[in-house]
Amino acid sequence: MTKQILNTMTKDGIKSIVLKIIAEIAPDEDLSNITPEVRLRDQLELDSMDFLDIVMELRKQYGIEVPEADYQELASLESCANYLEPKFAALQGS
Amino acid sequence: MSGMAAAIRLAHFGKDVCLLERHNVIGGLNSFYSIAGRKYDVGLHALTNFVSPGVKGTPLGKILRQLRISRDELDLNPQKFSRIAFPGINLKFGNEFALLEDEIAREFPDQMDGFRLLLKKISEWNDNELDYPDISARRVVSDCLTNPILIDMLFCPLMFYGNAREHDMEFGQYVILFKSLFYEGFARPFEGIRLMLRVVREKMKDAGVERCMKLGVKSIQSEGKRISGLELDNGRTITADKVISCAGWPETLRLCQDEPEDSNLGQLSFVETINILNRQPKELGIEDTIIFFNNSQIFEFCRPKELVDVRSGVICIPNNYDYSDNRQLDEGVVRFTAQAHFDAWRSLDENAYLKEKSYWFDALGKVGCKFLPTGSFDSIKEASIATDMFTPTTVKKFTGRFGGAVYGSPLKNKSGRTHLDNLFLCGTDQGFLGIVGAMLSGITIANLYGLRDD
Repeated sequence: MTKQILNTMTKDGIKSIVLKIIAEIAPDEDLSNITPEVRLRDQLELDSMDFLDIVMELRKQYGIEVPEADYQELASLESCANYLEPKFAALQGS
Repeated sequence: MSGMAAAIRLAHFGKDVCLLERHNVIGGLNSFYSIAGRKYDVGLHALTNFVSPGVKGTPLGKILRQLRISRDELDLNPQKFSRIAFPGINLKFGNEFALLEDEIAREFPDQMDGFRLLLKKISEWNDNELDYPDISARRVVSDCLTNPILIDMLFCPLMFYGNAREHDMEFGQYVILFKSLFYEGFARPFEGIRLMLRVVREKMKDAGVERCMKLGVKSIQSEGKRISGLELDNGRTITADKVISCAGWPETLRLCQDEPEDSNLGQLSFVETINILNRQPKELGIEDTIIFFNNSQIFEFCRPKELVDVRSGVICIPNNYDYSDNRQLDEGVVRFTAQAHFDAWRSLDENAYLKEKSYWFDALGKVGCKFLPTGSFDSIKEASIATDMFTPTTVKKFTGRFGGAVYGSPLKNKSGRTHLDNLFLCGTDQGFLGIVGAMLSGITIANLYGLRDD
């Protein structure tokens, strides 16, 4: 991820980052028709191991930390974007 | 397999991982060897837990996702059908559960209500809990089914494919095995275990695992409740923040200079004979993929009184998978497996060992062939172009498991924790079974203790 892309990170950009990570973790899932407001769990076959992997890939690929108490913030694409937006913004400042 | 799966997970997420392997080939029990240019698989009769693409939420799907392996890489080809064969009764089963249900309905019509009750108990069992209670499977099954032959016929494959305990097993293990064999099913890569090992080796390389072959751990040194160092076979001592051992529970305790309790040493080992044929087994009328046979009135699963217990066993025909693109193994292969007595084999001198191997090779083949269309062992021997056989002492030599215990200790350590705070266990002694189970064990332990608590 280049600095420039991070600088222009919008909520949509964050959603596509999360989708890209899900595609890496679960290549067998169809991600073409995800409704952002609906819980990912209700649209995809993702278990707790998969959610843990989303968290860890965020850390590995972008240096974003999600504490265990906040895991429920990643329930839907929309909530992911809301929760992660300030975290991506904070990265630019650093 | 469990240790490699753990290594991939940890290294993928940035941990410095060193994998120590005493043998010159990876894979532990699931490995291969060569004689006269011909490669023989050990361990892998079948990859259990096979489900078709699109079936989610099962162990196979979990390991593929967690290790970032795509299904296509494993080239999994489903079994044709398998069979539980007892005197006068056969139950066929395949990768569709309905076949087994139909077979039981035909042979044991008065047991169907009980069988449905058993299925209900299996589905109600929470197998996501690591720490399930130790309940006797014999007791639960006997509460549902009343026909002792059907009870034993269902136990037979489950015991041969993963039970470390004599006579009985934990119901939790029964559930895991029942699902992996009957609800899910069997498959095999065309290249057998070598393909699986290659895929895993590549994943380790991509993730950045440092692999040290022919370098075992001689002892685990500790200070207080923590590991202070690992003394290696080459005399060096290395240190690590955390150590995950897939050497087995009693074997790991022994490395820590703690003597394992006798009750936790596995008593169950096997011999396996391998017959390489100059034609496809189906040309001899053999169509089954795996046959679990029992040739006596009762089925006994325990350390035999003699070197080998030929009353029951497993026959595996790797040719009889439904290989895609009409592929066919070049040579026919028929493998016979039976329970064997480690100490009895170990006490033999070289000459006696060879003599007994040759005797039991024939004895096992003769009984096994009663359950094959060939009827006699002669037609297999006539078609044979090479043979080999391994015994409990071979298993001990290459896996390091005490007593050549193929499925490890009768008591499982489900938490994976030990008396040392930074030493963890994965593999068969942690309670998951089969190749997929072994990998799931490594993943689970790596996630819990290597990644979660950062």
